[in-house]
This record gives sequence, structure tokens and C-alpha cells, in this order.
Amino acid sequence: MERAVAGRNRNRGIGTAVPWELMDATPPRTHDPSSPPDADLVIAGQVIASRLILGTGGMTSPQSLREALVDSGTALATVAVRRVDPTTRHSLVDLLGSLDIQVLPNTAGCFTASDAILTAKLAREAFETDWVKLEVIGDDRTLLPDIVELVAAAEELVDDGFVVLPYCSDDPIAARRLEQAGCAAVMPLGSPIGSGLGIRNPHNIALIVEQAGVPVVLDAGIGTASDACVAMELGCDAVLVASAITRAHQPRLMARAMRDAVQAGRAAREAGRITRRYHARASSPFEGMVET
Amino acid sequence: MTVVLVNGAPWDGPPGTTVAALVAQWCESPRGIAVARNGDVVPKSTWEATQITSGDQIEIVTAAAGG
Repeated sequence: MERAVAGRNRNRGIGTAVPWELMDATPPRTHDPSSPPDADLVIAGQVIASRLILGTGGMTSPQSLREALVDSGTALATVAVRRVDPTTRHSLVDLLGSLDIQVLPNTAGCFTASDAILTAKLAREAFETDWVKLEVIGDDRTLLPDIVELVAAAEELVDDGFVVLPYCSDDPIAARRLEQAGCAAVMPLGSPIGSGLGIRNPHNIALIVEQAGVPVVLDAGIGTASDACVAMELGCDAVLVASAITRAHQPRLMARAMRDAVQAGRAAREAGRITRRYHARASSPFEGMVET
Repeated sequence: MTVVLVNGAPWDGPPGTTVAALVAQWCESPRGIAVARNGDVVPKSTWEATQITSGDQIEIVTAAAGG
């Protein structure tokens, strides 16, 4: 192995005898018989029938949203909490209810723990659910999480009986803090909300997966189906997709693509990918070759 | 008259108006609705008994498409 990479690549594996090209990018996994490939996603003791969670924002019409929700196969979808608009006739909660999709209220737009806590409490009152996708952002240009406010809000909401699913940075230490605060899952971003930049730091996502004792949901940044597939291959338990579907040219078709990508990525993760190799390795035997 | 802010806009009504009566004016149905009064959630079970008073800031919220 070492001989194979002698020369100019010899020193590229910093701090290790094996160059990075030869290392498997996914962490070593041990077989867990309690988690077969077709195992259900379970959050806070509740089975969620799909590993694709949908965001409902950004769609151009209620009909398109309905089609995308149905074709995605999702069982859990986020909604925002906003002032009532007396001119709006359709009810998002009724739509989700009619499709048997669980409502996951979010605290989108909140900049402080106190704003997020009030929003979560309003959501609990309005939708009769203890579940909340906790978002506390630091600025409106990047929409990146403010971890200090986020952890503070998570602690208070957990104490108040909420099932807290925090949207967080792709930082393993932040994710650990949130899990220690009692969150029912952690939802690290792949890249900024709505950016479609995919997973900018797959290694951090793999580290979060490796250490997490709660489900890991890749949230934010998914641009297309391959991003969702990679998230699952990295070992995430689920993926949350909003803009990549709702703002796609054909949302319904993208919803199907995301559904299939999540399933494919999950299966590939469970199957166990081959180790990356620096050079080729023949799959046909050399024995028995015709001699000329 | 009782003058309050509802979702940021001035609103006036008869003295003794309850949260339940206010919600009925603003929404077709109380389903999927929550109310905050001066920054605190008003539980649905207390809407009938809670009278708004002048100067209150009322927020009436529901689900909107999002994230």
C-alpha cells in the first residue's frame, strides 16, 4: 500500500501513515442488528414513516404543494408561525391533516431565545403539538444559527416538555451540546438555508453522526437529489428539504427524486461502500487469460 | 371603547371584549389559531374568560408555509 503511493503523494496524509486517498471517507461502522436497512425513523419514541421531511415554504400554489407533499411520501412537514391573514382561505394545517402528515412547527425568523420560546409556545397552542423545529438565527444575510441563543432556548423548551429538533451548525461540539440539553434530534445544516450549495463539510456531518445518540437530520442547503443521497450515505437518519423541491422547475418531479435519493442513500449506507483506493483493482481474474 | 393593537394594527371595540370574540372577528375558525397578549400565550381554554383592555398588544397567529 505504502509503496503504491511513493513519490510526490507520499506526504499528503498529514499525521497518518495512510494517505487520505486510501482512507474510507465514512467512519467505521459496527453492525447494529436492531437497525436493519428498512428500520423506521424513530424520534422521541415516535415512528416517522418517511426519512424525508419536507419544508412547505417557497411553493407557488397550494395545489403544487399538495402534489409535492404526496409524491415525496413524507410523513412530517414544517410550517412557520405567522400573523393571520384574514384574506387567506386555505388552511395549511387542514391540508397536512388531510394527507396524514404530522405538523412540525418551526421558529423561523427568530433572532433570540425569548422570541423562539414564545413562537414555540404559540405553535403548541395553535397546532396541539409539543414538537418544534427550533431555529434561532444570527443574521438575515446568512441565516446561520446563533448557537448560544439556540442552546439556551433548547434547554428552556425541553424543561417545558417540548420535543425539540434544533437547526444547528455543522459543528460536532454544538450538536453534542444540544443533545446534552435534551434535544430529541439534531439537525445540522449542509450549507446556508436556501443556498442549494449541498453539504459543504461532509466530514463534520460524519463526525456528528458518529457521536450522536439521537437521530441526525441533515437540514438546509440541499440543492438536488444527489445531495440528499450523500447525506444518507454519510449516515444521517433523515433529510429535511424545502427550497430544493418547492423552488425546483418541476417541484413534483423533484419531490419524487428526493424520495428516491433518500432511500438509495440509506440503502447504500447500510450496504457499506467499498474502500476508496488510489489505484485500480481488477474485478476480473487474471488467471486463465488467453495466451498469445 | 377599548383600543388595542391587533397584529400591529389599531383596533377598537366595545369594553369587555373577550379574546374569543376578537378571534371570531379575525378568523373563520379558531382551529390552528393561537393568541399572545402582551408577549404571553393566552391558552384557548381561557379565551372566553379573558377580556382585553386598552393598550393591550394582541398577536393572532396561525400556520404559514415555511422552512
